[in-house]
Amino acid sequence: MSAGTQGGGAGSRGRPVGVWEACALIVRRELCLSFRRPDQLLQPLVFFLIVTTLFPLGLSLQLSLLRDMAPGVLWVAALLSSLLSLDSLFKSDADDGTLEQLALSGQGLMVIVVAKTLAHWLVTGAALVLVSPLVGMALGIPTGAFAIMMVSLGLGTVTLSWLGAIGAGLTVGLKRGNVLLSLIVLPLAMPLLIFGAGATDRAISGASVAGALYFLAALCVFTCTLAPFAATVALRINLE
Amino acid sequence: MGGYARYVWPCFGLATVIFAWNLWSARRYLAAARLRAARALIMAAGGES
Amino acid sequence: MWTWFYKLASPPHVYGVAAAFTPWFLGLAAIALGYGVVDGLAFAPADYQQGDAFRIIYVHVPSAWMSEFVYTTMAIAGAIALIWRIKLGHAVAAACAPIGASFTVLALVTGSLWGRPMWGTYWAWDPRLTSELILLFLYVGVMSLRSAFEDAARGDRAAALLSIVGVVNVPIIHFSVVWWNSLHQGATVAKFGKPSMDLSMLWPLLSMFLGFMLFFGAVLCMRLQAEVLNRERQAKWVREAMHS
Repeated sequence: MSAGTQGGGAGSRGRPVGVWEACALIVRRELCLSFRRPDQLLQPLVFFLIVTTLFPLGLSLQLSLLRDMAPGVLWVAALLSSLLSLDSLFKSDADDGTLEQLALSGQGLMVIVVAKTLAHWLVTGAALVLVSPLVGMALGIPTGAFAIMMVSLGLGTVTLSWLGAIGAGLTVGLKRGNVLLSLIVLPLAMPLLIFGAGATDRAISGASVAGALYFLAALCVFTCTLAPFAATVALRINLE
Repeated sequence: MGGYARYVWPCFGLATVIFAWNLWSARRYLAAARLRAARALIMAAGGES
Repeated sequence: MWTWFYKLASPPHVYGVAAAFTPWFLGLAAIALGYGVVDGLAFAPADYQQGDAFRIIYVHVPSAWMSEFVYTTMAIAGAIALIWRIKLGHAVAAACAPIGASFTVLALVTGSLWGRPMWGTYWAWDPRLTSELILLFLYVGVMSLRSAFEDAARGDRAAALLSIVGVVNVPIIHFSVVWWNSLHQGATVAKFGKPSMDLSMLWPLLSMFLGFMLFFGAVLCMRLQAEVLNRERQAKWVREAMHS
């Protein structure tokens, strides 16, 4: 193992592994690990469905009236279910020492962070986006608004995965860091909620969604650019 | 206060409370820190002799 | 020539400076606040539109400004500590947090009490109010994160990172009234050009700003002394400081 070399570390067969290859390897590993426990994979999705059910049950509104609340309910549910799976983003690897080994592998901690967050989004956020039409129908969102809803949810969940990565990195060493993780991530995610729900709301009422979508995209790009650094520093604080 | 007394006075009252809390809390915190430091010094001195 | 600057990274020096400045800050703050409150409540003329309710400005605006200023200070101190590994930065950041949180609460409550007669509601989900509320959550998050760690140094670093991440919120609070159609009033004082407020109302407000700032300085010095002591307990200079 050549720790600390610039660029690539040595692979198991001695040939240097490029950054993209390392990223792909880690993503594949994460996906394999996730699919090995399908119940844990499905839990956030089921939570998403259950939480969105709670609102109509609690308010017992007709579908046409539910439509007004639908964007907000959808987004809050997506937020909360994303939070559920964030705790395990780094924890299991940090606990058994795998994270330290990966950090020493010479690839640099940031590649690992990016790969893990990408894998997390694929398993959580992307799944939420795919399931959202189902939930949309349950909440009375007109099918014409589904496309915008899914696009906004897609952008939003990516941003959320990154905000969550920062929070997970900060709390990885704590014993009961779960609630603290939510306490940290939710205030950061509030602007996201405002614009995401706003975009879906506009799509339902037929107004122009361009502004809100641009803003969501801007938030996403901003977060994707800066969050990897923040998350890496957070992890490093907890690993050293 | 032109009829707005029940809004204006609580505001200034709360400000006074917050200021007082800040002073009291900071004083208490500093006293506790000094106590801990003094105790640590005594322990260190006791450990040496 | 720059020794005074380098000495700022020395805990015993800062401890002494903080101890010396505290009574001065407190005294001057009392004068500025005293004048501001008396003039603002008794002598400043009532507003044409808002009547006497506008006098809440003398508490609300300085506290809102301080809530943003203290958070920014906390984030900068944390950044200095993280980047240049100057431990005193963590002490400053830790000292700032509860003070800033209390100012945020004050801003939110006085704003709410002002909103009732002016807008007819105690609360509105408009950009400035919402982002100020988020600021309170950020303060609580930073304080909780710091205290959650058994290793205090690690807790300091994590809290510093979180406060830096959250500093994005501060310009949002400030510019929200410019960027969005907000219920909240736009900038009256902190803008370029002539302030759009009559001088007889402006003087007590400026005095309150000064008073709040000086008060923050005083409380910061007190808390900073404590934070320095907590982090430097084993150091030799503490012995002299305790005996003085």
